[in-house]
Order: sequence, then structure tokens, then C-alpha cells
Amino acid sequence: MRAKTAAEPGRGISLRRSIVSGLLFGCGLVAFVDEAVFHQLLHWHHFYDRSTTAAGLVSDGVFHAFSWGATVGALFLFADLRRRHALSLPAWTGGVLLGSGIFQLYDGVVQHKVFGLHQIRYGVDLTMYDLLWNLTALVLIISGAVVLLVHRRRAGRTVRADG
Amino acid sequence: MSPALLPAAIPAGATDTAVVVLWLIPGAAYYAATRRPGLVWPRRRTTLWCAGVLLGAAATAGPVATAAHASFVASMAVHLLVGMVVPLLWVLAAPGTLALKWLPVRVSRRMTRILRSAPVRVLSHPVTAGLLVTVPLWALYVGGLYPQVVHEPAAMALLHLHFLLSGLLFTFAVIGIDPNPHRSSAVVRGFVLLASIAAHGILAKLLYAAPPPGFIASQADPGALLMYYGGDAVHAGMLIIFGWQVYSAARQRDVRRGARHAREARQRAGTRRPS
Repeated sequence: MRAKTAAEPGRGISLRRSIVSGLLFGCGLVAFVDEAVFHQLLHWHHFYDRSTTAAGLVSDGVFHAFSWGATVGALFLFADLRRRHALSLPAWTGGVLLGSGIFQLYDGVVQHKVFGLHQIRYGVDLTMYDLLWNLTALVLIISGAVVLLVHRRRAGRTVRADG
Repeated sequence: MSPALLPAAIPAGATDTAVVVLWLIPGAAYYAATRRPGLVWPRRRTTLWCAGVLLGAAATAGPVATAAHASFVASMAVHLLVGMVVPLLWVLAAPGTLALKWLPVRVSRRMTRILRSAPVRVLSHPVTAGLLVTVPLWALYVGGLYPQVVHEPAAMALLHLHFLLSGLLFTFAVIGIDPNPHRSSAVVRGFVLLASIAAHGILAKLLYAAPPPGFIASQADPGALLMYYGGDAVHAGMLIIFGWQVYSAARQRDVRRGARHAREARQRAGTRRPS
């Protein structure tokens, strides 16, 4: 009987991979919302503004490629976890929240402020926009961390109860 | 007047015919190879190859080619089609597999030997292929080479040939389905694909930010935007294909491992029974 369980491709839930897939998907999701809503629909963000530094352009290109790779990679990783019956949906959800928060904070602090790639909106007082942008990021990060911690405690209790 | 304007030095009709004939040669060769008696060849692949031939011809002859002489946006569209879309279609049509089936055994053995050699190994490495694509792009659009060659029909023809060949090499190295004795690991291929997406985006924004002398800003801007978003569309397709390939490879590995474990378990049960 033991040989048969070892032969099955999925050996239980993979928490770490579920979180990684969620983190990557969160990054891709924020990048997508950023491009679709702020660049294309609202036209608040600019493709490029004249104050952009060379380092900013490189950072933008790298993160642009990373967000594409993260989205596609996360979804195939998700499919792979589902196939092996190894997906933990709470861990994945926590990962998505945490990943989108981290990416949003990076975008808001490093890309917008340090590299000056572009601003959230032009011709307005930016203080409230920047504050709201980065507060959203913090809320996402905290809620992601809470989901992950609560889930880990619960999962740990089940393991102890089993053992 | 835009410096990117090209005086119509050669009668367009004559070059158009020559260009179309050049595109029809690989088309006809592929089709002839699929007609070999006894060969079952997926129609999907033939369709992909023919689509590549038609798109390539449509991009480099006729009204699009004429527009590309005068407009940088049109010329960028030609570059995207010839350097990215046609290579993607052709690589997915598995011409190498078809050639190995079609050529006489002696010739295909010799071809395989050449493909296994060290120079081919270096040339077809994803990093080499990525550099062969990116460095000339840099020279053209950021280094300011493009406005100098746009007036030379022969140089432009060579440039298109370069776009096609380097695009084919890169696409093959990253997501090729033909037999590849030197195929790099998924990590290397994925990393190079991401790096080239980044390089493509950076180049497009640099062209937008500071068009080199010879570019007119009003033409460089939409051209750079097309390079950025058009390149993204094709790259996204390549990423999805790459992800699918890695995902199915893992699935196949698991299926094989499951089958092996089941066989071993049966064998163990079989040896235990007589004792």
C-alpha cells in the first residue's frame, strides 16, 4: 500500500509553491491593472515623461518583462499545482495579496518617486494621490501577511492533530 | 521633408515580383516536402508555414513596402512582421523535422553531424541568438544607423534578411520544436526570453525618449510605440508557448514516473506471490 501512495505524482499540498504562484500572479495583476486602467483608460500615467532617468528606463524595462513573465509563469504554476492536486487556495490568495502589495509599493516608491519614470497624474497636487497609492499597497501587504499567517497557524494545527 | 523618405529609384513593379518569388521558394520547398509519398504531415504546420510566407511577402512587397519607404511606422510594422511574426510561424511549422524526413538518409545524417558541431552549438545558444537580435536593433534605432541605411535598397533588403534569420534563430533557440541536440535548460531559455523582452522595451522607450539624429520626432514616437506594444504582443505569445512547453514536459514526466512505479509495484507483487 505504501508503494502505491509514493507512486502518485502529487504528494500532498505544496504550500510554498502555492504562495510563489500567488506572489507572481499578484505582481502580474497589479502591472496589468496599472497598464489597463491608469495608462490606457484614464490616460493619467504617461508612456514616458521627459524627467525619466536612464536607470529608470532600465528598471521600467526589466519590471515590464518581469510582470509578463510573472503572469504567465504564475498561471502555468497554478495549472501545474491543480494537476498534481497540490494547490492550497488560501496560501495562493495570501500570496496574491502580498505580491500585489509589494509590486504596488515598488511602483509607487521606486518607479514613480526615486526614478521619476512618470507620475500618477499630471497637473494636480500629487500628495493625496501618492499617499493613497502607497497606503493601498500597505493595506494589500498587511492583509496578505495576515491571510498567510492565519493559514499557516491553522495548517500547523492540523498537522499536529494528525501527528 | 523627412530624411527617412526614399526616392523611388527602382521601378517598384520589378522589385516586387523578385521579392514575391524569393518568398515563394521556401513556400514551394516546404509544400513539396509535405507531398512526399508515405509521409503524414500535420496540416496545421503546413498552414503555419504558408501563413508565414504570405505575411512575409505582404510585408516586403506591394503597398506595405511602398509605405515603409516613406513612413517609419510602416517600416517598423515590416520589421515586426519579418523579424518576429514570420519566425514564430515558421519555427512552429517544424521545418527541420520535415527536412530530416524528406532528405535522403545520407544527406540528413550529414546534416545532423553538422548540427551537432561546436560552432552550431555556440551559434544556436539562446544567449548568442538573443545578442544577434538585440545588438543590431540597438545600432539601428538607438545608435542612429537606421536613417543611414534607409536610403539604400540593397542595405534594406539585407536588413530584412538579417531580421528574418536572427528572428528564426532566436525563436528556435527559445521555443523551437525541431530536434535540437544542444537545447538549453528551461531556466536559461526562460531567462533569455525575459531579458530580450526587457531589452526590446528599453530600446523602444529610448527611441521614444531620444530619437537619434535623422529621425523625425513625429515619426519616431508612433514607431517606438508600435515597437513597444507590437513586440509585447508577439513576446506574450512566445511566453505562453514557452510556459505550455514546460508545463506539458512536467506532466509527461509525471505520467511516465507514475507508469514506472505502477510497473515496479506489479513486478514486486508478481515476485512475492510464488514465495
